[in-house]
Formats: sequence, C-alpha cells, structure tokens
Amino acid sequence: MSTVAWFTQFLEVLAALALAPLFLGWVNACRAWLQNRRAPSLLLPYHGIRKLFHKDAVIATDASPLFRMAPYVVFGAMVAAAAVIPSMGTGLPFRSAADAIALVGLFAIARVFMSLAAMDIGTAFGTLGARREMMVGFLAEPALLMIIFVASLISATTALPLISERLAVQALALYPSLAFTAVAFTMVLLAENARIPVDNPATHLELTMIHEAMLLEYSARHLALMEWAAALKLFNYACIGFALFVPWGASLGEAGVLALAVSIPALAAKLAFAGVWLALLETVSAKLRVFRAPEFMATAFMFAVLGLLVHLLLGA
Amino acid sequence: MPPVDSPLAACLALLASWALVGAAGLLRPASIAFVGRVLFPLGALIGLGLAIVALSALGGPVERATLVVGLPDLPMHVRLDPLSCVFLALLGGASVGVSLFASGYFRKGEGTAPGVMGLQYHLFLASMGLVLLADDAYAFMVAWETMALSSYFLVTAQHGIPEIRSAGFLYLLMAHLGAIAILLSFGILQGGTWLFSFDAMRASTLSTPWATAAFLLALLGFGAKAGILPLHVWLPEAHPAAPSPVSALMSGIMLKTAIYGMLRVTFDLIGEPLWWWGLIPLALGLATAVFGVVFAAVQTDMKRLLAYSSVENIGVLFTGIGLAIVFHGVGMNELAALALVAVLYHALNHAFMKSLLFLGTGAVLHATGERNLGRLGGLIHRMPWVGWLTLVGVLAIAGLPPLNGFVSEWLLLQTFLFSHEVPKPFVNMLLPLGAAVVALAAALAGYVMVKFFGIIFLGQPREPSLGQAHDAGRLEKAGLLWLAAGCVLLGVLPNQVIAALGTATTQLIGVAPASAGRSWWMLAPLPERAVSYAPLVLLAVIVGVIAVTFLAVRFVYRRPVRPAPPWDCGFARLDPRMQDTAEGFGQPIRHIFVSFFRMERELPSPLDAAPHYRVVVTDRFWQALYVPIAALVQRAANSVAWLQQGRISVYLTYSFITLVVLLAVML
Repeated sequence: MSTVAWFTQFLEVLAALALAPLFLGWVNACRAWLQNRRAPSLLLPYHGIRKLFHKDAVIATDASPLFRMAPYVVFGAMVAAAAVIPSMGTGLPFRSAADAIALVGLFAIARVFMSLAAMDIGTAFGTLGARREMMVGFLAEPALLMIIFVASLISATTALPLISERLAVQALALYPSLAFTAVAFTMVLLAENARIPVDNPATHLELTMIHEAMLLEYSARHLALMEWAAALKLFNYACIGFALFVPWGASLGEAGVLALAVSIPALAAKLAFAGVWLALLETVSAKLRVFRAPEFMATAFMFAVLGLLVHLLLGA
Repeated sequence: MPPVDSPLAACLALLASWALVGAAGLLRPASIAFVGRVLFPLGALIGLGLAIVALSALGGPVERATLVVGLPDLPMHVRLDPLSCVFLALLGGASVGVSLFASGYFRKGEGTAPGVMGLQYHLFLASMGLVLLADDAYAFMVAWETMALSSYFLVTAQHGIPEIRSAGFLYLLMAHLGAIAILLSFGILQGGTWLFSFDAMRASTLSTPWATAAFLLALLGFGAKAGILPLHVWLPEAHPAAPSPVSALMSGIMLKTAIYGMLRVTFDLIGEPLWWWGLIPLALGLATAVFGVVFAAVQTDMKRLLAYSSVENIGVLFTGIGLAIVFHGVGMNELAALALVAVLYHALNHAFMKSLLFLGTGAVLHATGERNLGRLGGLIHRMPWVGWLTLVGVLAIAGLPPLNGFVSEWLLLQTFLFSHEVPKPFVNMLLPLGAAVVALAAALAGYVMVKFFGIIFLGQPREPSLGQAHDAGRLEKAGLLWLAAGCVLLGVLPNQVIAALGTATTQLIGVAPASAGRSWWMLAPLPERAVSYAPLVLLAVIVGVIAVTFLAVRFVYRRPVRPAPPWDCGFARLDPRMQDTAEGFGQPIRHIFVSFFRMERELPSPLDAAPHYRVVVTDRFWQALYVPIAALVQRAANSVAWLQQGRISVYLTYSFITLVVLLAVML
C-alpha cells in the first residue's frame, strides 16, 4: 500500500468525523429555508456536541455497565464503517477488512447496542424506542442488502470500493436496475437515519419518537457521542449512496495526490446537493404513523427486488 | 477391530468410556457430589479428547472397521472419514461446555435421580457419536434409536408435570415417524443387493425415480428430526421441557446429526444428486427460517423462544444444503463447496451459540425459578457472569461481526450472489431472491435476540423476588466461558475453520473451497472476486477506535458522573411493571406478520374495574394439519377396537378364521 493510500484512508476518516455534524447542520439549514424559516447556524451541531462534552454526566441509578459502554461501541462501529466507505478514494488499505455485507453488519452492531442500552434503564419509552428501532431495522436491512446485491451483480464484487470503482470506469451507460435501487436506497436512508417520514428528528413528543426515545436517558458526553454517531451514520449513508450511484469524482485505485485533491471538492459538491435533496424530500412528505412504516419499508424492498429482476432480465 | 493406535479406535474407546461414565452413575445414583463433581467433569474431559482426536484425524486417511457386537450375521461397520470428523469435533467441542455446566447444574429433588440422569445423558452423547461413525444401516438405526430414546427419557426427567409428559410423547412420536422414513430410504438405497452396508449403497446405482424417492424419504426422516416445516411442532414443545443442559444438547448437537444424515445420504450414499432436488430443501428451508424466527419473536417463554430460534437456524442450514445440491447438480462444484462450507460452518456455530444461550437460560431458571419473560428483568446486576457471557451468544446468533454467526451468514449470502449463474431459466431469477429471505430472517433474528437479552437481563426486575437471584457456580461459569470462547474464536479465525471443513467438502463433492487460500487473516469466497472479510482487522479497528475515544473522553473531558433516578416524563409513579413486556415487544411482529398466527385475544374494556389482557398465539399448522391427522388416527383406532368384543367365543372364532385362512394359503 502506498503512502497516498494510507493518507487517503486517514483523510477519509478524519473528514467523516469532522464533516458529519456540518452535513447535518446543512440539511437542517436547507430544511429551514424550504419551510420559510430562518435557518440555524450551520455550526449548531458542533456547538451542541461541544456543550454536551463539557457537562457533568447524569446516569440513572439502575444503569448497568452496558449503558455506559454503548455510546463508545456505537461510535466505534460508525467510525469503522466510515473507514471502509470510499467517500474520497477507492484504494483504501482497510477495504479488505469489510465488504458491503460486513458494512451492513457494522450498522447492525450500532443498532443492537443502541437498542440494548435503551432497554437497560427499564423505562417504558426506552423499550418502546428499542422495539420500534429494531422493527425499522429488520425491515430496512434486507432492503439494503438487496440494493447492495444489485450493485454487486453489476460489478461482480461485494467490496464497496471495488463496486464504486467498476461503476465509475464503465462508460456512462444508463442502468435501469440502478435507477430502481436508487429509489429504494433513498427510502432506506430516510428510515435508517430517523428522518421524516419514518421518524421526526425534531420531535419532542415521546409517543411518536423512535431514535430520540432511545436516547432519553443519556446526557453529557454519552449523549454527545450518540449524537455524533448519529451524524456519522447519516454521513456514511450519504457516502454509500455516492459510491453506488454517483461514483464519479472519487480518486480511483492508486490514482495519486492530484486525483485525491480533485475528489475533495467533488465530495463537497455531492454532499451539498444531497443535503438539499434530503431537505426537499423531508419537506414534501409527512410523517407516517408507526404502523405505516412497514409498508414504506416494504415498498423500498420491492423497489430493490424490482431492480434485481430488471438486472437479471435485461442484464443491465 | 481396528489397530489400537488408530484415531477410529480412539473415537470408539472414547464413546465407550462415555457409556461407562454414565453406567458408573448407577453405583451411587442419589449422590449429587459423585455424579456432579466427578462423572460430569469426566464426561467433559472425554468430550475434549473426542474433539482433539477428531480434529487431528481430519486430514488423515479414511478408516473403517467391523465391530464384533451386533446380531450374528449383521456385524456393525464403523468408519471415520472427514465428514464424521467434522461432526465428531462439533459433538466433542460443544459437549465440553455443556457437561461442565451440567456438573454444577443438577440439583436434588428435580425428577429423575442424578445417577440415572447421568446415565441417560452420557448414553445420549455416546449414541450421537455412534450415529456419526456408523457405516451400515443397521448400526446407524440402532444408534439413531438409542439417541431418540435416551433423549426421550431426558426430556421427561420431570415426568411429574403433565405438559412435560405430553411433550415427551409428541417427541417420541415424531422421532419414530422420522426413523421409519429413514429406514425406508435405506431400504431403497440398497438397490436390490440386500446388503445394508453403506459401501454397498455407494456402489449400487439407482434409477432416477428410485433415487428421488430415496432422497425425499431421507428429507422427510431427517427433516422430522431437524424440525423443518411442517414437521417442526415437536421441537418447541420438547426442547424447552428438558432440563437446560439437555435442551442445549438437543438444540445444539442433536439437530446437527440430522444435518449430518442429510449430507451423508445425499452426497455420499446417493452420490450424484439431481440439481432440481435442491429446490425442495431450499424452499422448505427458507419457509422454515422465516416461520421460526417470526414465532420466536412472539414467544413469552425464554426456552420456547430459543427453540423457535433453532427452527430458524435449521431452516438456514437446509437452505444451504439446497443451494449446494443445485450447484453440484449443474456442475458448479466450487460454488457447491462454498455452500457446503457455509452449512458446516453454520452447524458448528449454532452448536456453540445455541448451547450457550440454553445454558444461560438454565442459570437464570435456577437463580429465579422463572421461565416466563414477563417475570424476569434486570438480572445483569445480580448475575453479571451469566449476563455478559450470554451477551456474547446473543450477539453471535444475531449475526453481528466479528463473531461467528456473521461468518456463516456471510458465506451463505456470498453463495447466493452467484446463484444467478445457474444455467436454468426462471430458477436463476428466483434463486437470488432467496438471499432476501435469508437477510430478512437474519435481521429478524437480531430483533428476537434483543428481545431475549433485553427483557431477561436489562431493565428493572419485574418481580421483587428477583433481588435474591445469585450468579452461576464455578463449574457453570466454566461451561459458559468455554462456549463463549468458542463463539469468539470461530468468529475471528474463519480461514482456519474453513480449511478444516474443506476436507469434508473434498470428500463429498471432490472440491475444497478456494477461499482459504490467500492469507491467514483474510477470508475471501472465490479468489477472482476480490471480496474479502477480515474479522481480526475489523475487531482491531473497532476496539482501537473505542479505546482512543474512551481515553480521549476520559482525559480531556474529565467530568464527574452523578447518579439520578430515571426520567419519569412527569409521571411520578413509574414502577417496574410498566416496562415493556415480552408480549409488548412482540407486538410489531404480530401486527406485521398477522397471517402467520392463530391469535386469541381478550381485551379489557375501558370501564373494566379489574382489567385483564390476554393474548394467545398458536401455530396454524396444529389446526390445519395435526388435529385432522390425529382425529383420523383416533377414528381408525376406534374402528379397529370394534374387534375387541370382550367375549371368549368371538376370540375363538377369530382364531378359527385365522387358521382356515392360513391353511388355505399354505395348501
């Protein structure tokens, strides 16, 4: 592995850690503009995380060590995921450690630990959030796997950097199967990151919460890590989307420093566009009842399966 | 007899010593100290020896021998080949943990005397070993039946309870239905030679219809033992009824003998399976997997939940077998080897994970006397050892990297990715959809396991009596620790495991998977795909990030931690009974998969003074399939009972008619 590859790897993880809250801030700002509100500062998520780190932690008396461990595990899984997603370059040294299926597994680790931590205190809302999160999870996971399957059938591999590389070097052909899976992926992204229409990140009404209900008992540094991990998850999902559907601009293989330099503005442009797109989707849709969420996810799954069938029928 | 220094002789001697250890229990049947502290640890030691012998014999030559025991002209043939070795290693390895746990587990005054229990337990182990070594239909069936009977007595150890007696009866019935099908399958396989040694069966060639019939009978017989749809009904009754170490043996190991039998008959005895046969176990397996996991999600009894989860895993295993048959039948042997390795790997994983979880429930059961999830909670504070070790099993069976459950799931999904290359129209389009079903089952398994662990070990105790719960004893901890260590090692060293399993696939289909080739820490299914998974690296990255984050947070933001009561949302009278129950946690599943269940619900009206909520979820197969069959059998039995008139003159008439008929036939 060359120095550039290791540098790319380092830069990618660093960029994920540093940019994830900014991306979240950007989505929130776009949403505010679209809804004719004055946008909060783009840096608000950073302030929130910094403020939380400086507070005294309050932990429920009934908490077990699992509760205090979970934020670190969730954060660790998200950083590990960021290390194998090719956001800037595909020649990552860590790409042989985990393929796309293992990536889904990393997200599952985070989800399971977050749910277990939510059940640890034994309050009604924590458990409620945990079971809803697991419900969304078991519906979204097969859909995500089918999406990955379609991409890996086209590119004959399940390693995400290689999928991205092979899709990027092919002539600019239109893949109908990828169009279907892109729709499915957008739906999975919304559901997995607790966005409207499945969950509302801005809600303060306990009965409708999913993600926030699980974090009710967290405070200070633990909450900061959880929020940072949530921002990282959104960032990671966006980067998976780029790797699968808009792979152009990232530096391919052992392309060198110049390609890496090009990939940074490319990533910034993609993120900026994705933020607007997400905000638009969230603005035009309404939150679903919890029991309509399975239908939403089943639709996503069907789109992914449709993509698979289209690929097998047309070979494209 | 085999030479003394051969691995086969060592295996037989170890199996015999299991039987002897069991028989020794009869010397002092009532002494817990003797049976528990001496015999069960000895049994664990024998298990360890068996695992070591089997592993060291893996690469060696095939050995065969004829035993002097048996009927006069029907000696027992035994044979040690790589497939037997793999399953013997599974039996030995998993039984070490279970036997260690069992040494501390059995208590006075619980049904059968400990000495008798020890005899049944060790006979059960020895007969499973003999099933794996048998090389003729006679030895196989004797061992198979010994296995069924000894486990029947173990299931009904607490025979004072009527539910346990009826569960035992159902188990015995299904075991025998299966045994009949296996016997018939062997009857076809001998192919007119009337020689029942497996060698003769390998040599005989069957016409396609007969071979198909033999395969379907084997599927029926071994499927009944393994619990595939719709023959699964006994499993969630019998496995929970047994004492926990026995449940662990049955779910963890005995179900795998059925997988062994299926592989032995399909790939070894029949030899060349047709590709379309594979579609049957594939479809049944996928249906079983989803069915099992959906039912597991709505259970309220912790051992029944685990039993249904075993149904799911059996479904996954049969799916893999089906895929292997399809690939092998169309000549894609490298992929068939990959599918077979996934099956063997998953069998090994499940033996460790499910034994660990069943033993965990055993410890909980002893500490609290409760099996109902609705009366447990918060046990991680009182039982930290059991709690944390069970968490390892929970994460493993939920299929999370870098533990072992993920590896076999990953292999199976990778195999599915190639299934569109099967050169059969339509089939190649439907097969990849199977991956979606496997993914759904795996994701649901995560849901089930969060429910299982969260409700038993996390939260607040739902009953005041749980405050007195005590952690497991030293031997019990050792057993749990052994199995948990197995789960971790199988997870982080996949290449070493696959290299060992490759000897068995070489024996069955002549090809070892190419995956274990490149480097010792990186797993890749087929070299040209450039796909890999390196659990050790992944583990190092996660642990590294966690360590760095932890240290950074600790030294940079050194702020105190203050305990406080949990937030009550302004409602000041929260109590532990307001936590989510097992029924509540299963509610989304009942809502989404409503057509799977037969549900009876009693909902209180808002004005009820003493509100009562009850929901009973039952299996539709009972009403649709088993009740009609039982009624039919009952009616047939009743009509036969007409013969029994209770008067001697009528019986004399029967004898007379019989005589006349016999004479007429003879003359």
